[in-house]
Amino acid sequence: MSAAPQRAKAGAEKIEVIVSAVLPLNDLVTRFEFKRKDGNRFPTFSAGAHTVVHMRDGDRQRLNPYSLMSDPADTETYAISVRRDDEGRGGSLFMHNNVKVGDAMEITYPVNLFSLDLRAKKHVFLAGGIGITPFMAMIAQLERSSDPWELHYSVRTEALGTYVDQLVSKYPNKVRIYYDDQSQSINLENLLDGQPLGTNVYVCGPKGMIDWVHKTAAAAGWPDANVHSEEFTAPQPGKEFQVRLCRSEKTITVGENESLLEAMEREGVDAPFLCRGGACGQCETNVVSSDGEFIHRDHWLEPDEHGNKIMPCVSRFIGKSLEIDR
Amino acid sequence: MSKFQFPESIKSRPVYGTLEARPGKYHLMIADAEGAEAILHLHEQDAGLMAKAHIIYIPKGSNLGERLRAIRPAQYYEGPTYEAAASRIERVLEASHMGTQIYLTGTEGLMGQAMRACMNAGIPHTAIQTEHRGSVARRMQCVHCKGITEDVETDPFECSHCGLNLFVRDHYSRRLAAFQGVCIDAEDPGNVPEKVELYK
Amino acid sequence: MTIQFNKETFRDDYSFKNSDWAIQRFPFPFHEDSYMYSVNMEQHRGGPAGSVYEKRFDVDEHYISEMEDRAMVLADDPLRCQSLPHMTLAGWDLLELIMVSKSEDYPDLFELHREGDIWRWINKPMGIDDTFTFLDETTLPYGPMEYITRQTQGDFCVLDQRDDNLWMDAGMVTTQADWSLDFDIGMNFFEWHAPVPLAHEKGIFKRALKFLLNIQQGAPARRLNWTMTVNPLLDTSPENYHKWGIQKTTLTPENIGAKQHLRVELQSFFRLPRSNALVFPIRCYLIAFQDIVKSPKWGRRLHRVIRDLPEELATYKGFIDNRPMMLDFLSKYDDGLPTSPGVFPDNETEPALQK
Repeated sequence: MSAAPQRAKAGAEKIEVIVSAVLPLNDLVTRFEFKRKDGNRFPTFSAGAHTVVHMRDGDRQRLNPYSLMSDPADTETYAISVRRDDEGRGGSLFMHNNVKVGDAMEITYPVNLFSLDLRAKKHVFLAGGIGITPFMAMIAQLERSSDPWELHYSVRTEALGTYVDQLVSKYPNKVRIYYDDQSQSINLENLLDGQPLGTNVYVCGPKGMIDWVHKTAAAAGWPDANVHSEEFTAPQPGKEFQVRLCRSEKTITVGENESLLEAMEREGVDAPFLCRGGACGQCETNVVSSDGEFIHRDHWLEPDEHGNKIMPCVSRFIGKSLEIDR
Repeated sequence: MSKFQFPESIKSRPVYGTLEARPGKYHLMIADAEGAEAILHLHEQDAGLMAKAHIIYIPKGSNLGERLRAIRPAQYYEGPTYEAAASRIERVLEASHMGTQIYLTGTEGLMGQAMRACMNAGIPHTAIQTEHRGSVARRMQCVHCKGITEDVETDPFECSHCGLNLFVRDHYSRRLAAFQGVCIDAEDPGNVPEKVELYK
Repeated sequence: MTIQFNKETFRDDYSFKNSDWAIQRFPFPFHEDSYMYSVNMEQHRGGPAGSVYEKRFDVDEHYISEMEDRAMVLADDPLRCQSLPHMTLAGWDLLELIMVSKSEDYPDLFELHREGDIWRWINKPMGIDDTFTFLDETTLPYGPMEYITRQTQGDFCVLDQRDDNLWMDAGMVTTQADWSLDFDIGMNFFEWHAPVPLAHEKGIFKRALKFLLNIQQGAPARRLNWTMTVNPLLDTSPENYHKWGIQKTTLTPENIGAKQHLRVELQSFFRLPRSNALVFPIRCYLIAFQDIVKSPKWGRRLHRVIRDLPEELATYKGFIDNRPMMLDFLSKYDDGLPTSPGVFPDNETEPALQK
């Protein structure tokens, strides 16, 4: 067509930042704050958005999405909170152990896959553990626009109640905390019963909690369109497998603890991606041929696409051979 | 009574289903004329539904009201026209909560207007069940004067407000609960084709 | 940059004219000698200096007159600009996007001064100097979307992103090619495109939607669309079709060069930050056939595209009846020579007409 037919670069636009604060909040969670390296303002964003943080761990590149928990109207500082996961792939450990104030890093422009439904008459937030982070931004946004909300926040213990003090003191009438170790749990059926028409529920937490909320709401006659969830599916490890990349004309091996997308990146292939969590569809790749079984772990493909497409950011393969169009 | 088979059409043309009992605390059923039969069929599926149901029925000449009363819904209202029932429907929706199931059945005009009222109250249209029964006449909006002409059964037809001759489009607006009518003889004034019955 | 603004009309006496500058920068949409739908998206990150692709929101010689025509359309029919209640935040996002872009891209014409939430906007060509509080509608004479789009060329559709779909929940639509905002507002992507023939079966809209849902802040995209209009009439709305439709029958072999216009839409797509909505500006450019054929390559190509266009498309785009007369005129400018790929006129390198 016209004059700038550049192919879009993979991922969202990047911003160079300096780490301006590293604040351990409790045994498991540390908050990180960023300021722009060029001194300009950050882009504002819609609450629920996340940023993908680039970490250079030796010769390994890690890219992890984290919800932006800062007030969207605050364009001087971006803040995220990271829960240390000793059993994970190492991204959170890298953040906790290696990142210091003054470090230069790269993060992406905000991307929102978990936005508020602005038509809602009321917003109900259900948070489990570190799932509290997107709701911090949502609460800030809704307080500014004076829209009704309430938060039900499940934490393991008082000691691990990230941001509980701040939330309870600022919004005593809108926040309820449930302590696992005191056998407190959200009485969901009760909570859902009698909500006004147009109430939207948002849940962020472990997969089990998310499934439970969807099921309970459906059983109570709630439309699924009124129940929103975000779950960052970290790529699950799996058996090593080989893949032939037809366009790049190479055959690569996907290691146990890396995703197909990460393996391609490691091999210098510029494969498209955005959320890196199986939700946005941007990395969708055509399968040229396969002899084996796919392990589809995404939330994007239709069942009838499972035979001829794969989402490299989270899905894997076991079998004799796989050729993809990259 | 057999259900009309609508021919396949464009993506904005509503497609109706078959009512089925769904979980919920409260079941609001709005119907006109032969739509009552779909409600009676629903009752056969799940006899427990009616204890939590509110039926709003516009007979339009049919005598099915008695049979609806006989299945003993928790609330029953019979009205002469949708317009007469509209404020009641709005008030009922205002008092409703999440967990309310909506069942609409009868003519497209009835279902479209009731759906609009539910959407305005905050219910997503994808959660509302519909089943077509009876007349295939359409509510048409004249794109020129914005007036709605009810019960249109031919193509073309005359706008009941401004008098223009309009052809019938399948393009449908949930917000207006009407199909679109566009001037048929703009490029050749006076050349208006013979009226043909819809779907013939 | 100094632009000489025309004083012209897009109705009644149709005094609209393109200067030579406007003609050579016209967004000719055909990169080859035939046309079929495609998801022809590319990044909206500038273009050749002086081209319509260079700036985020192109301003040209028709600016003032187009805004006057818009004001007349709205005075006659306020329903051409509507915003469902939840879209006001997106309206503010759009206002910020346009004010920031235009004050940066055309500093001689537009100025934006911001002190916290107190903003002062100066639009020199339109003689506007307004101070208001950002995010407070009570300090503007119109809602934010209406306020800024009354000062920006092209139509604007503001799309809410929900349930893996886009919903046309607000818009300023006065220069559309024959669709009604009042009717379509509230519809989703597939629904408002429902009347377009052939494209749904080809899966065009499914692919296009996936692309659009993933447009992010800082990475806008654009594409071109086109149709035909008799007379440089901007307001070819269905609302007024019963009045303008008849103009299609006034073409003659003598007047077709001046009256038949190619109508091109430069569409762009920007992610809006606070609302996560997508704005879809549709900028309309008109050019008379007699001006297109001044470029030998464009003359050759347009003839071939129109000649070989499937009947369903020519019907949907509303010119099936006039096609024979169009081809009579255009064939005079097609000598059968090959044309270079791409949309630009390439006047230095394309051979002159050999007829």
